[in-house]
Amino acid sequence: MKEQIRPALTMLLLLTVLTGVAYPLAVTGFAQVFFQDQANGSVITREGKVIGSRLIGQYFDKPEYFWGRPSATAPFAYNAEASKGSNLGPTNPALIEAVNARVATLRAADVVNDLPIPVDLVTASGSGLDPHISPAAAFYQLRRVARARGIEESVLRDLVAQHTQGRQLGVLGEPRVQVLLLNLALDKRR
Amino acid sequence: MTTNAILQVIVFFAVLLALVNPLGWYMARVYEGKPCGLDYLLGPVERGMYRLGGIRPTEEMDWKRYGMAMLFFNAAGCLFLYGLQRLQNLLPLNPANLGAVEPNLAFNAAASFVTNTNWQAYGGETTLSYLTQMLGLTVQNFVSAATGMAVLVALIRGLSRSTSTTLGNFWSDLVRSTLYILLPLALLLSLLLISQGVVQTLSPYQTATLLQPVSYDKPVTDTNGMPVLDEQGKPKTESAIAIEQILAVGPAASQIAIKQLGTNGGGFFNANSAHPFENPTPLSNFFEVLAILLIPASLCHTFGLMVGDTRQGWAIFAAMTFLLLSLIPLGLWAEQRGNPLLATVGIDQQAQVSQAGGNMEGKETRFGIAESVLWSAATTAASNGSVNSMHDSYTPLGGLVPLFLMQFGEVVFGGVGSGLYGMIVFAIIAVFIAGLMVGRTPEYLGKKIEPYEMKMAALFILIMPFIVLGFTALAVGTEMGRSSILNPGPHGFSEVLYAYTSQGNNNGSAFSGLNTNTPFYNITGGVTMLIARYWLAISTLALAGSLVRKKTAPSGSGTLATHTPLFVTLLIGVVIVVGALTFLPALALGPLVEYLLM
Repeated sequence: MKEQIRPALTMLLLLTVLTGVAYPLAVTGFAQVFFQDQANGSVITREGKVIGSRLIGQYFDKPEYFWGRPSATAPFAYNAEASKGSNLGPTNPALIEAVNARVATLRAADVVNDLPIPVDLVTASGSGLDPHISPAAAFYQLRRVARARGIEESVLRDLVAQHTQGRQLGVLGEPRVQVLLLNLALDKRR
Repeated sequence: MTTNAILQVIVFFAVLLALVNPLGWYMARVYEGKPCGLDYLLGPVERGMYRLGGIRPTEEMDWKRYGMAMLFFNAAGCLFLYGLQRLQNLLPLNPANLGAVEPNLAFNAAASFVTNTNWQAYGGETTLSYLTQMLGLTVQNFVSAATGMAVLVALIRGLSRSTSTTLGNFWSDLVRSTLYILLPLALLLSLLLISQGVVQTLSPYQTATLLQPVSYDKPVTDTNGMPVLDEQGKPKTESAIAIEQILAVGPAASQIAIKQLGTNGGGFFNANSAHPFENPTPLSNFFEVLAILLIPASLCHTFGLMVGDTRQGWAIFAAMTFLLLSLIPLGLWAEQRGNPLLATVGIDQQAQVSQAGGNMEGKETRFGIAESVLWSAATTAASNGSVNSMHDSYTPLGGLVPLFLMQFGEVVFGGVGSGLYGMIVFAIIAVFIAGLMVGRTPEYLGKKIEPYEMKMAALFILIMPFIVLGFTALAVGTEMGRSSILNPGPHGFSEVLYAYTSQGNNNGSAFSGLNTNTPFYNITGGVTMLIARYWLAISTLALAGSLVRKKTAPSGSGTLATHTPLFVTLLIGVVIVVGALTFLPALALGPLVEYLLM
């Protein structure tokens, strides 16, 4: 039995150095040279200041912005330091209540709009940081944003279309709109 | 089910199938010690390691020594990981100044990572320092996977060698699995993932100024950081405004690559592969879900090559693929159908060109229904346990699919190594049952299956339902267990059943509404994971030790061929009847009742 102790400890040490130090450092080195932007969080900077990441959503509830998915992170929505889904089960009354409240908020912000509400706009994402909404969810909000900004709906529709990504390689994933980039583009028009 | 969903499933399985042959062949070369193309580069490293460890790689071990070496190595890893978490506040590479991990949580996490479970009772970005993630978790991601592969190779040698006593050298199998298989694949996958936007940096968290500040209710804390309660005993809050977003980053890609490849599953971030920095695009998602099944599927071919009959490997691969493919449509249908309770309030859950529709609670827009369901099935068929959507928020039948796949005993691809050795045990049971039917001595690959083998196989399959159902009963029968439940009704029972099913099969995924970071769940869960891993590994080695002594009999006219569609069907039947039906009553109390109530 005792003769196994030395190999056990040596192998743990050597494999730790190899897979826990050399491997992550090699990957980090390579990433920082060849994929600097992606490896550091795909940040968006304006005038030298970091104003967000292309991959991480932000919270919007002003009528002149497109709103993203509801977020379950604590203590505030889209807290990128503590990613989290709601984990509410489909039959949990708390889920139904939360969704009803979101429906009411959306309806109140745009009373004449009686289109059905796309499901992704009233359900919390898995990470709480989902940067995207479906194109349908963006179209649903066109009228509210257009009125708040005094822009033609058709102009907005074009802007949404410009910010819509299709399925990757034509097959993978779902079409989506990056909310933060869309809102930044809106602000830029002013 | 949408046309695109079907297309995505087909593309996925086509690519997987195309990779099984070359990777399976390569791994067989590695385990047989033949040149494999990387020898010039890695050979000196390998030999240096043996020299420092005083290891003679050609020295053969019998099953007891092989098992002892495995246990010593895993025990050392477990203690090291526990110590690292307890001391992380004093050690470097902790830019977020995270404190020492609580003892019961540290025990659970250590047990979780050495057993290849990667159950996450912790929240990555809020609990573990960069150093703990690298030296602790990443390392165990590699070596726990390599341990599983080593045990598998020992069993294969038990089947392929005739009248011998030894099963190879554990240290050599461990080192070769890590150096020649896991490391190169992980390097390649890391780089693919980084190109898609997965973060990989040692810099501290970034701060971004929000475009629109967020007002929120901030919990009031006293000087010790404990929440202050108001007169009604509820936590007191004050209104606050967040103007910044802290972007948690870190050396994530290197860990994610191996957590997917090694069927580990423990995420760098709390939201696991739903987090955009862990899984930013549909393409990164494709690579990650492919990596879940890549090695377990390819090992089937490795097995066939090493026993000298590739049809044996493909037969097992066919049984696994059939079981997985038969459950994916149920998941796709249930999730795409959406939540009927939401249909009444004017919400559109229909799949259209402009939206995925379906049950989107806990799912990411970029993945929609198809990629989420495919992942949930792959991650539980293999004992990976990473998630790209929150299983707790699945519809009852959508959530039943991952639960049921784990209850097969993690043999539908299963963990790297462990899944296939589990399936081989089921194959032995299948030939035994067939032997009983026709009144002949059962044989598998020319080895007679006798009472000792059947005892080991029975020990292997009976312990899992026993601990899973036992601890589930204990948890729902006590206040300690019940107080952690988030969702009311049968769904709450499903949460507990899922927790022990996942840990009892070394999977690691969760219905994470259940707050498992309590002493009760941390300790019972840790014990469950240790039993599930080592009881099974040791009975497998004992089985291998007995098989290797037997003479390989040439197959005669009365031998049951174990590569035919007939045998594949029998094997599938045995896995379903023996493995999963044990859980039917428990499933009836959880997801099935919830479905009927909805």
